Amino acid sequence: MATKAQSAEGPATTESGGDGVRRRDFLNVAAVSFAGVGAVATLGPLIVQMSPSADVLALSTTEIDISKVQPGQGIKTQWRKQPVFVRNLTPKEIADADKVSLSDLRDPETLAQRTKPGHKNWLITLGVCTHLGCVPLGIGDGENKGPYGGYFCPCHGSMYDTAARIRQGPAPKNLMVPDYKFLSPTTVQIG
Amino acid sequence: MSFSWARPYEPKNPVMRWIDERLPLPRLVYGAIGGGYPVPRNLNYFWNFGVLAGIFLTIQIVTGIVLAMHYFATTDGAFNSVNQLIMRDVNAGWLLRYAHMNGASFFFIVTYIHIFRGLYYGSYKAPRELVWMLGLVIYLLMMATAFMGYVLPWGQMSYWGAQVITGFFSAFPLIGEPLRVWLLGGYAPDQAALTRFFSLHYLLPFVIAGVVILHIWALHIPGSGNPTGVDVKTERDTLPFHPFYTAKDGWFAAFVLLTYAVVTYFAPDYLGHPDNYIPANPLATPAHIVPEWYFWPFYAILRSFTIDFILPAKLWGVLAMFGSILLLFFLPWLDKSPVRSGAYRPVFKRFFWLLVIDVLILGYVGGAPLNWWRTALGQLASAYYFVHFLVILPLVSAFETPEQLPTSISDSVLHGEEAEAAPAGQTKPRRGSVATAG
Repeated sequence: MATKAQSAEGPATTESGGDGVRRRDFLNVAAVSFAGVGAVATLGPLIVQMSPSADVLALSTTEIDISKVQPGQGIKTQWRKQPVFVRNLTPKEIADADKVSLSDLRDPETLAQRTKPGHKNWLITLGVCTHLGCVPLGIGDGENKGPYGGYFCPCHGSMYDTAARIRQGPAPKNLMVPDYKFLSPTTVQIG
Repeated sequence: MSFSWARPYEPKNPVMRWIDERLPLPRLVYGAIGGGYPVPRNLNYFWNFGVLAGIFLTIQIVTGIVLAMHYFATTDGAFNSVNQLIMRDVNAGWLLRYAHMNGASFFFIVTYIHIFRGLYYGSYKAPRELVWMLGLVIYLLMMATAFMGYVLPWGQMSYWGAQVITGFFSAFPLIGEPLRVWLLGGYAPDQAALTRFFSLHYLLPFVIAGVVILHIWALHIPGSGNPTGVDVKTERDTLPFHPFYTAKDGWFAAFVLLTYAVVTYFAPDYLGHPDNYIPANPLATPAHIVPEWYFWPFYAILRSFTIDFILPAKLWGVLAMFGSILLLFFLPWLDKSPVRSGAYRPVFKRFFWLLVIDVLILGYVGGAPLNWWRTALGQLASAYYFVHFLVILPLVSAFETPEQLPTSISDSVLHGEEAEAAPAGQTKPRRGSVATAG
């Protein structure tokens, strides 16, 4: 048995250089690394196929006509398949929002920061509660606006004020303001 | 595996012998669920629910494969393929669909009883820790499968359930929102999400079946537990699985399937939610979103965090909800009492029933609309859930004085009669058993 074991190890020992590194060790490391890198590279397509596809991304801008929205009214539209709230604030609602001190807010932002200069009455936000993604109430006529006069999420009771800032309930952030610009005083492009 | 007195497989049929010599599959089945598996003779009816869970998994796979033949996984077609095509036009489609819907509920009912059986009788303790942990893996897979299956009809509850549950992931800082978008393949649940949920809903039951095999394999190394928690010592303590437990499981399965049939035929929508008969509308949330009943306790834990404390309330809710299940993986090390069965642990027993009540309260709160007192009750019950496992169990196992355990399984159920105590199939007592009887 001893002679057999010796002969099995024989070639390897003769191949090792003075530093004790055998040629077979190098081959093992090279082969495993090659297979490993290959396996990781194969994961790439399997992972990226889950991300939004080109047709989903193609919907990433939406134009909306806001000419018919009177002060105190709002409309609900869609951007990237998500609801968007466009609200024409009344002077009183603007004043209510400006009255609040920033230190009272969970996610401190002023109404001016959440609207475009010269269009402070146009509050455009996603209609997606930042808690778990329900659509808050308050944009349609007669819907519950909650105690702060903005939006009220029926799922878990998050309450937003007239600048759509979180005031009470489990949601961590204000309703998100998407990227948008005024193409004309009555047309807005979102995205 | 198993015990030295386990009957070896001796096929009498030449065909079976021919197969067994080439592929010992009949031998495997005989040793796993046949006459070759010795089982403690004192099992009560709570030991029937593992087999029942297997039966409902089979029902779900069979009805599910058939339903998939008629279902369209498109946002335009899904709702009508379920509610028009399958429910009205496909022959017996209504029956298969209702059987699948209620089969999911029954699968969870029997699984919950199975889990609480394990909690009461200490089935998670050495040497069965891996049996318990594999069971939890099955349970997590069941939850994922059930959630994705509920999305497929693309009704209002399907859609908003998908929105809320994928919203859990957005609670994690930085990676949360990109992760959610990646999981959904969009910014809100839509075609991409529906198609992948369908694919995974078809896959996961087979993964569950695979883990079930591991669960049973791990169980058969030490053998089944029993209501006394005392180890099997001699052949007098056991009975062969077949015919004794196949018969008991058989009649009890018939009884449970009868209940299942009554619900499926006479109250098929009782456990569901009427809003899921409204097609999905991404612009309007139902006034009261609730998950399916089997998720209510977890939903209550999720909702019970309302105040930011270092981390946002939303993240706390999500962490607590996941934590409430992950915690159970550590149960074998949280409960250090060497006595397995709750029947011999007077203090543990009381706290066990408090836990049952606590989970029922959580279930009630999770399914009901929120108001101030339900929120407070949910918070109290959520806190108690964690206190039970993290504080009460370790303390009870350290300070409790358990009751006297029986010396053996046969002593606990028999009354010393030699004939009664003889191993199954032997009428005369074996030599040596006289000295230990009584």
